[in-house]
Amino acid sequence: MNENTKARLNGLLLSAAHKIGLFLAMTVICLPGLWIVLASFRPTVEIMAKPPVWIPEDLSFDAYVAMFSGVGQGGIPVIEYFRNSLIISVTSTAIALAIGMAGGYAFARFRFKAKSSIFLGLMLTRTVPGIALSLPLFFVYSKLGIIDTHFGLIMAYVALNVPFTIWLIDGFFRQVPKDLAEAAQIDGCTRWQAFWQVEFPLAGPGIASAGIFAFLTSWNEFALASQLTRSVNSKTLPVGLLDYTAEFTIDWRGMCALAVIMIIPALVLTFIVQKHLVSGLTSGAVKG
Amino acid sequence: MKGWRPPAPFLLLLPAIVVLAAVVIIPLILSLYSSFTPFRLTQPASLYTFVGFRNYARILTDLEFWTAFGRTVLLLTVALNVEMLLGLGLAMLVEKATSGQRLLRTIMMFPMMFSPILVGFQFKFMFNDNIGLVNNALQSLGLTDQAIPWLIDGTLAFTAILVAEIWSSTSVFAILILAGLLAMPKEPIEAARVDGCTPWQTFRYVTWPFIMPFAYIAMTIRSLDVARAYDIVKIMTDGGPAKRTELLWTLVSRTAYADARMGLANAMAYVAILLSILFTVYFFRKLAAARTQIAAEW
Repeated sequence: MNENTKARLNGLLLSAAHKIGLFLAMTVICLPGLWIVLASFRPTVEIMAKPPVWIPEDLSFDAYVAMFSGVGQGGIPVIEYFRNSLIISVTSTAIALAIGMAGGYAFARFRFKAKSSIFLGLMLTRTVPGIALSLPLFFVYSKLGIIDTHFGLIMAYVALNVPFTIWLIDGFFRQVPKDLAEAAQIDGCTRWQAFWQVEFPLAGPGIASAGIFAFLTSWNEFALASQLTRSVNSKTLPVGLLDYTAEFTIDWRGMCALAVIMIIPALVLTFIVQKHLVSGLTSGAVKG
Repeated sequence: MKGWRPPAPFLLLLPAIVVLAAVVIIPLILSLYSSFTPFRLTQPASLYTFVGFRNYARILTDLEFWTAFGRTVLLLTVALNVEMLLGLGLAMLVEKATSGQRLLRTIMMFPMMFSPILVGFQFKFMFNDNIGLVNNALQSLGLTDQAIPWLIDGTLAFTAILVAEIWSSTSVFAILILAGLLAMPKEPIEAARVDGCTPWQTFRYVTWPFIMPFAYIAMTIRSLDVARAYDIVKIMTDGGPAKRTELLWTLVSRTAYADARMGLANAMAYVAILLSILFTVYFFRKLAAARTQIAAEW
């Protein structure tokens, strides 16, 4: 065997190993999710079958029909949960974005005293574990009478999202050259106009992805929601998921179906923002 | 006469500071105070009895607490390291791919969309001893003929939780490290190769220093919400069986809500908060150091 064939064989082997590695990694990533989707379409008998049934024989939408058919017929108030989740996530995202834009702009465009310590301080409020924060919040909220209301949860989520939103938006404003806004100001814009007509449109896609990130955080949050909500008035989907678990039994199929309902909005939104999200998080890393 | 005008950045940051003060800082001060009282939810008057450091003293000698603390640190250390390594591997695999990179990147983000509570449920389903995918597969392949009690045996349950945690967070590392690999200039690598570096040396002395800040960004983001593991554990084992997978956070929630001992729980929560802050500050520092190093070298 001469050198050439040897090198070529080596290259082929390497690329095959690379393909197999990629395929395995992607399988591990996708399989759990796909398994849930599949299980939500199968009858309970098939899920529970021993020995296991590998090839599904009987697919149907029964689980979804049962879920939406209301309380009492094997359903849970999923429409109410969905509505609560949507109201709380959208409102808290909008408020967090407004606050985050102001804060991010301040960090990106102004020099002020103790800038990096203030930034670190803001981030540190985010590190407080949800469950640790829920203890005093539970107490304060019950004194104020806002347990189990949309307002209480919205406030909590705004505070949860603001630090990270500021971080992301700071990065996006830094990517917009300072000269542009200055040029606009020389041409007669006020700083306010320069912001809305020059900097905001340029940073727009980034801000949108920061918004979607905030939305997902609120949409998925559990530790706070599980303590600050009580009933269909304000229970969100992640808390509703636990409705399917009883002391010793779990309605696997129903839970799988609800999981699918929960994941679809998140899936769609993440696809939309994936590109901007990464650039926002890393924009400060190289330029410093 | 013109009054004092506050500086612009102060005004811009004011709303953020107000919200964080109202929802995070003030409740935390309250919980710090109540950690010095024997406060129980059922006896509101107990909020006004001051007992000094008695709660903390009790924690110090509480074996259950320290076991949970040690387990939490162990979980975080193992999970963060494995996530880092797997994320690096995954990012390099995807970067080497010649076609379909967009699709691969999208699939890679898949676990990020799952809420931790869903991750917990999903792995609870898969690791179920009777109907779970894992046991079914092992039995169908003939590797074992009995049901492995994944979530019932203490050590196995911890492993299962670790797997769930790693599955859900590896993609954060992979995505950010991939961003670093793609942003990296190609000349230094070629230069190193021309100078006769082995692939390992090229990676160790050229690629690695460059992607380090990206890895630290990922670490920082992860450390901001390490407590997400609470959701996973809560639904997978709820700290059981017999408290053998109890983490700091599940212990706090049990003490506060099931036992209604708020004062004690708040003292525990403060230890958990300090742990989180320690992790974050550490990685923020590393991030800042890596940034200045990069700025100086490139």
